[in-house]
Amino acid sequence: ECPGTGSAQAGRAAACQGCPNQGLCAAGAAGPDPAEVAELRARLRAVRHTVLVLSGKGGVGKSTFSALLAHGLAADESKQVALLDIDICGPSIPKMMGLEGEQVHQSGSGWSPVYVEENLGVMSVGFLLSSPDDAVIWRGPKKNGLIKQFLRDVDWGEVDYLIVDTPPGTSDEHLSIVQYLSATHIDGAVIVTTPQEVSLQDVRKEINFCRKVKLPIIGVVENMSGFVCPKCKNESQIFPPTTGGAEKMCQNLNVSLLGKVPLDPQIGKSCDRGQSFLAEAPESPATLSYRNIIQRIQEYCEQHHFQEEKIM
Amino acid sequence: TLAERTNLAGVQHILLVLSGKGGVGKSTISTELALALRSTGKRVGILDVDLCGPSIPRMLRVQDSAVHQCDSGWVPVFVGQDKAIALMSIGFLLERPDDAVVWRGPKKNALIKQFITDVAWGDLDFLIVDTPPGTSDEHISTVEALRPHKPLGAILVTTPQ
Repeated sequence: ECPGTGSAQAGRAAACQGCPNQGLCAAGAAGPDPAEVAELRARLRAVRHTVLVLSGKGGVGKSTFSALLAHGLAADESKQVALLDIDICGPSIPKMMGLEGEQVHQSGSGWSPVYVEENLGVMSVGFLLSSPDDAVIWRGPKKNGLIKQFLRDVDWGEVDYLIVDTPPGTSDEHLSIVQYLSATHIDGAVIVTTPQEVSLQDVRKEINFCRKVKLPIIGVVENMSGFVCPKCKNESQIFPPTTGGAEKMCQNLNVSLLGKVPLDPQIGKSCDRGQSFLAEAPESPATLSYRNIIQRIQEYCEQHHFQEEKIM
Repeated sequence: TLAERTNLAGVQHILLVLSGKGGVGKSTISTELALALRSTGKRVGILDVDLCGPSIPRMLRVQDSAVHQCDSGWVPVFVGQDKAIALMSIGFLLERPDDAVVWRGPKKNALIKQFITDVAWGDLDFLIVDTPPGTSDEHISTVEALRPHKPLGAILVTTPQ
């Protein structure tokens, strides 16, 4: 009996011998082995909250949001924040955090994250490249290996919030991070989209991915949601929500809409310059939206922790 | 193999649309390029190898179509006003449009090879290959499988930032 192509036994079960798909299933076979998971659990024991930033769709603002979430949480100097960028082909976080050209240092206790502030550390494949234009042309297994190293070998220390920025899609990186982080617990995923149906259709798949791997969904952020002209103050829908936008999708799929963030050309500029948009444009409606969303995420995490403590 | 030579033998020019970055308009450009070429009377096909986020079917309003097999392989879906643009996408193989394709590299590679060798494209002036963001499995496999067919080249899409 075929154990199923998605099963942990895929390609390895007795029934797989002779099946034309055996090689494929075994190569794609699920999951890290328990010893690895135990090792990661030890390493990540001092991480209190973990939030994954996902989309499914590319270019909707995952990295932008991850960077701002990190800055927003780190504004409280009593909190230690870690930002892990597992987009191996297109790592945007180093540039957005103003850390281009930084290198990773090794110490006795592992790899050192690169610190933006005392309480905000960052790790990305971007720091391992000799030149920012070097293409990382790796197949899945090699990408998985690096992600595991990031979790196992980086000395994050005590962390209140670990934010993980992901590439678009539902593939190796996403499967691996969820499987490796099963060693610790993930508070949940924040899913980013833009209002148009072409984005939403990929985001629905991402929501289904989360449900499939039992990853709680903290909520959805709708980026690029309208544009207010700074001169005439008129609002335009640059990406019209032809099928009701994230709001309708969230209603239909029973998922929380954390907020809508309007387009602000300053956001792209701040990202390009490696500055925090929240600090550069504190009066922007986009900043207000981001801050509200960040607060809701914090509340979700704190409540989650509280409930866990109650159980214990 | 004979089948590999046969199914792409009638295709004159293969163009890849790449970026690296997501959300810059690869699928949009691929679609508009196909429509523009078609409007000049060229025979055009689109191969959508974005397995996780296939956008082309919706852009051409055929998200509810299904594909059929013939002797030489899969029959593409014909789209556009005169139903003359041939399209293949994983979007057509999903049971439900919201189903996530959660595959690791090796499985993606296998399907991409099939898309390149087992679709009965017929005679085309242009085959436009739309890709997902990144430089990973899909891109390596697509370029490797297309190499014997000597693609014309790649168009790179970006935004200003």
